[in-house]
Amino acid sequence: MARAVTSKRKIINTAAAWTVGLLIFFPILWTILTSFKTEATAIADPPVFIGFEWTLANYATVLERSDYARFLWNSIIIAGGSTILGILVAVPAAWSMAFVPSKHTKDILLWMLSTKMLPAVGVLYPIYLIFIKLGLLDSRTGLVIVLMLMNLPIIVWMLYTYFREIPGEILEAARMDGASLKEEILYVLTPMAVPGIASTLLLNFILAWNEAFWTLNLTAAKAAPLTAFIASYSSPEGLFYAKLSAASTMAIVPILILGWFSQKQLVSGLTFGAVK
Amino acid sequence: MGRITLDKVSKSFGDVEVIPPLDLTIEDGDFTVFVGPSGCGKSTLLRLIAGLEDTSGGHIRIDSQDATHVPPAKRGLAMVFQSYALYPHMSVRKNIAFPMKMAGVSEEEQRRRIDAAAKALNLTDYLDRRPGQLSGGQRQRVAIGRAIVREPAAFLFDEPLSNLDAALRVGMRLEISELHKRLRTTMIYVTHDQVEAMTMADKIVVLRAGHIEQVGSPLELYRAPRNTFVAGFIGSPKMNLIEGPEAAKHGAHTIGVRPEHIDVVEENGIWQGTVGVAEHLGSDTFFHIHNTGLTDTLTVRALGEVTLSHGDTIHLSPRAEQIHKFDAQGLRIE
Repeated sequence: MARAVTSKRKIINTAAAWTVGLLIFFPILWTILTSFKTEATAIADPPVFIGFEWTLANYATVLERSDYARFLWNSIIIAGGSTILGILVAVPAAWSMAFVPSKHTKDILLWMLSTKMLPAVGVLYPIYLIFIKLGLLDSRTGLVIVLMLMNLPIIVWMLYTYFREIPGEILEAARMDGASLKEEILYVLTPMAVPGIASTLLLNFILAWNEAFWTLNLTAAKAAPLTAFIASYSSPEGLFYAKLSAASTMAIVPILILGWFSQKQLVSGLTFGAVK
Repeated sequence: MGRITLDKVSKSFGDVEVIPPLDLTIEDGDFTVFVGPSGCGKSTLLRLIAGLEDTSGGHIRIDSQDATHVPPAKRGLAMVFQSYALYPHMSVRKNIAFPMKMAGVSEEEQRRRIDAAAKALNLTDYLDRRPGQLSGGQRQRVAIGRAIVREPAAFLFDEPLSNLDAALRVGMRLEISELHKRLRTTMIYVTHDQVEAMTMADKIVVLRAGHIEQVGSPLELYRAPRNTFVAGFIGSPKMNLIEGPEAAKHGAHTIGVRPEHIDVVEENGIWQGTVGVAEHLGSDTFFHIHNTGLTDTLTVRALGEVTLSHGDTIHLSPRAEQIHKFDAQGLRIE
């Protein structure tokens, strides 16, 4: 039964939701605002919220000083590549775990997730050495592989949860209807799993896009993505707040737009299985 | 054609043998019902025939071809599932067309068969809807339509009416029976509901713990149950099973009398007891009778409306020729 919601309660709920939303969004908003300030206004005390002279000078400087297009392209390649590679590995893995589980499937899933509990820096040294040996330092290929491996447990878990929701009887019906394994996957399973695969793709693209630990540690110039582009504007003196904000804004805008247009997919993906 | 023969077919899951080796022949065109309490292996048996489970031993023949290791897609059987198992992303039309698409039937022929099936199943107006937009009964009709169009050697039904409400169940029961009369194709139907079994079957297979307890027509099972299990399972309300001195009088360990074979008499009945719950159905009245000295509760069916109320003494006479006798192993004594 639906709970009765009074109008007063509704107003309180709405206000609370907006407050939380704004609190979470505030740092991003502040970054965007700062990017339009002069360096002096950016560090003004007390801080100026809106009433300042808006300028695009920071963007001009940043674009002039750095090759934004190259960083953007690297980000796209690394995030896109690791996501696609991850899906290619994870789909068959999740498939077999969901539809032909063994006694140890649960253990494997938990073990995979446990790797996410290890601080990344714990494996930095060995991975760095392996990268040197294989000549993968500062290469997009190397980052694609590392980020794919980092996100793989999440991809497999998400897809596994999705596939588990597909009733086995429907697959059996397809078999009874004369479908071969290939036809069963092509005509029945995949169309039913498309929303799940899509939201998994999206989430992992966003995770890979924002990943900073490995991208900063394993790249120098050639393969550096937007996270490195932001980092190049931070300095201990804090003199370039406005430019740093401009760089950050430029780095997050593409992913923000992608996230905005796909929010329905994302939310349904994250809550799948929990809410039916 | 659709004659199905099981020859020493068995099934184990790990160390648990759910179906010990059994033999069974299902004749072409028969409506055979597998019935039994839940967990008796009836669905597993159906899934073995379908090929959705591998046998642990024995052979399955469909029209004298060995199908034991043939994948389900190649057995030429159609199945209707309890959950309907429709493809949620396809329209009704595409659902029904799917098996024909897999079989490479021409588009024109597909259309012809879809239209015919839709007409027969009252689905013509719903062909472009998705399964999610249909009621339970309509969904089950789509599942049946999907089974019909491929013109299978036999239809397999796995508790197809369990998810429907009581009124719809009676209607669909008739529709499936009529479908069988029209197509004369072999049908195997799994249910735990003995009323469905009695009303639909040409032949009933009663199963318990993977064993076949008895095979026969509904009336054969009703008239001459082979053991106390079948006696108690077939017939509604259940047969009264009485042990002790009363059974000994008939030279048996257990005697069975159906509620409809006990007459309510004014006085001098062979048995008497006190009326407990009386269920008035109008056409019949079912009395649950206590203190008979025979069993805890004796069920009696009286025709029409009988005015006896709770606590009244009732006199009863079982019809001697309708008393079933069983030995200490529960087997029928002729």
